Amino acid sequence: MGYQWNWSIFGSTVPTGETTYLVWLLSGLQTTILLSLSAWLLALALGSLTGVLRTVPSKPLSTLASAYVELFRNIPLLVQLFIWYFVLPEILPFGLGDAFKQQLSPLTQQFLSAMLCLAFFTSARVAEQVRAGINALPRGQRAAGLALGFTLPQTYRHVLLPMAFRLIVPPLTSECLNIFKNSAVCSTIGLLELAAQGRQLVDYTAQPYESFIAITLLYLVINVVVMGLMRIVEARARVPGYLGSK
Amino acid sequence: MPCIRKSALAALALTASFATQSAFAQESPTLKKIKDSGTIALGHRESSIPFSYYDDKQQVVGYSQELMLKVVDAVKANLKLNTLQVKLLPVTAQNRIPLIQNGTIDIECGSTTHNAERARQVAFSNTLFIIGTRLMTKKESGIKDFPDLAGKNVVTTAGTTSERLIRKMNEDKKLGMNIISAKDHGEAFLTLETGRAVAFMMDDALLYGEMAKAKRPADWVVTGTPQSFEAYGCMFRKDDPGFKKLVDATLAKAMTSGEAEAIYKKWFTQPIPPKGLNLNFPLSDAMIKLYKAPNDKPFD
Repeated sequence: MGYQWNWSIFGSTVPTGETTYLVWLLSGLQTTILLSLSAWLLALALGSLTGVLRTVPSKPLSTLASAYVELFRNIPLLVQLFIWYFVLPEILPFGLGDAFKQQLSPLTQQFLSAMLCLAFFTSARVAEQVRAGINALPRGQRAAGLALGFTLPQTYRHVLLPMAFRLIVPPLTSECLNIFKNSAVCSTIGLLELAAQGRQLVDYTAQPYESFIAITLLYLVINVVVMGLMRIVEARARVPGYLGSK
Repeated sequence: MPCIRKSALAALALTASFATQSAFAQESPTLKKIKDSGTIALGHRESSIPFSYYDDKQQVVGYSQELMLKVVDAVKANLKLNTLQVKLLPVTAQNRIPLIQNGTIDIECGSTTHNAERARQVAFSNTLFIIGTRLMTKKESGIKDFPDLAGKNVVTTAGTTSERLIRKMNEDKKLGMNIISAKDHGEAFLTLETGRAVAFMMDDALLYGEMAKAKRPADWVVTGTPQSFEAYGCMFRKDDPGFKKLVDATLAKAMTSGEAEAIYKKWFTQPIPPKGLNLNFPLSDAMIKLYKAPNDKPFD
């Protein structure tokens, strides 16, 4: 195919002269990690709340939570990202949109839009896992909590959720891996995360294969680390007597 | 009788081209691939107005697209094929080089700058078009040239020569600009139109193209000293002299015969889809020279 491999490309200086291509890649890696982690924490909080609301014995609340889940789960991630970044600032009232566009630096705008987009998208999926975890518990547990004199929030806090979360660690692991992979979509609004830096390397060096291999390996490293950490959590959180426990 | 002489000449040229045909196919892996599969895969752009883009009927049209179709005709005639299936594939500034290299597309004519760096990975045809890199801004923005951009937000398209130039300028002259790299020209213009950036740096012809798409074209102006001149070319796989010869000959013939100028007039000085706007971009001296003496020299 006539391709000239050149692995030393990562050590060479970028055209603007301030650093090397490797530093570009690593700064992309940093953005990807910061973006995904912050979005994941937000998704976990929002998703837990929504998941709980889907199981409460109140029709309006559970309907509201269902609507939330369906809204964020059924619109493609890329479309959601464009709505957060391009559409939302145009329709925000009281000049908030203009303030967002003109006061904040482009990088902050991109990061915030990307983080909110990933967080809301993933929170819908987390909500489903949380709901499944709560519904997987024997109905007697809820009844027992209430019979012991706990209020409904106390039943959730002390009886249902501690069990439910321990059951759903494996599916949450995949969601956590997904958020890192989904973060690559954010390169489309110009956020210089790992995939975007990889793309930039291709443009500047015309060495596409080295660049793509490098970012592939970096994504792999991130996900192997996440998987390893989650395995530890999983092993510690396992409920004796349930599926998969020793 | 000049007419007869002309047709005699054409016949002579035709015989000559037939004679060289087999030679082309033998020494060209691309032509062999096209012949074996009965298919030619063309790469085109989605929003490089007026070079290669979708019109309001989602058909690929444009100046480069028309010239590329001339190449397709030449390939068909050269290989003596009765039917040649044409596969159209949209490409972006980022994936066009890998897609050429891995054989997904055989040729791309859009708005691809021919430069030395790219020429190490792919081959380029005779120059299709010569542009200068300039700025588009709102008429009342007060921006006249590049130094006015200090401390402002500027948008450009990711993966383009403009992106590289403006970053370098920002670094060299310490202008403190915030540079936004948008995914494609359409998105870059959207960033400009929604007020996220005060100026959009890009190839002048493409800026005129985006202007034609704008809600109110009269609000915008193209300004600034050109930061570079660039030669657009068709791109195909390297080390394929047979294919290059065929493409170059086709383009050279179109340019010297006046066909290319007619295509230029159609796309740059007359109303074009999707909105029937006229780019009013007259033929530059550089282009007149190119049409007289077609060549494949890049500017850097």
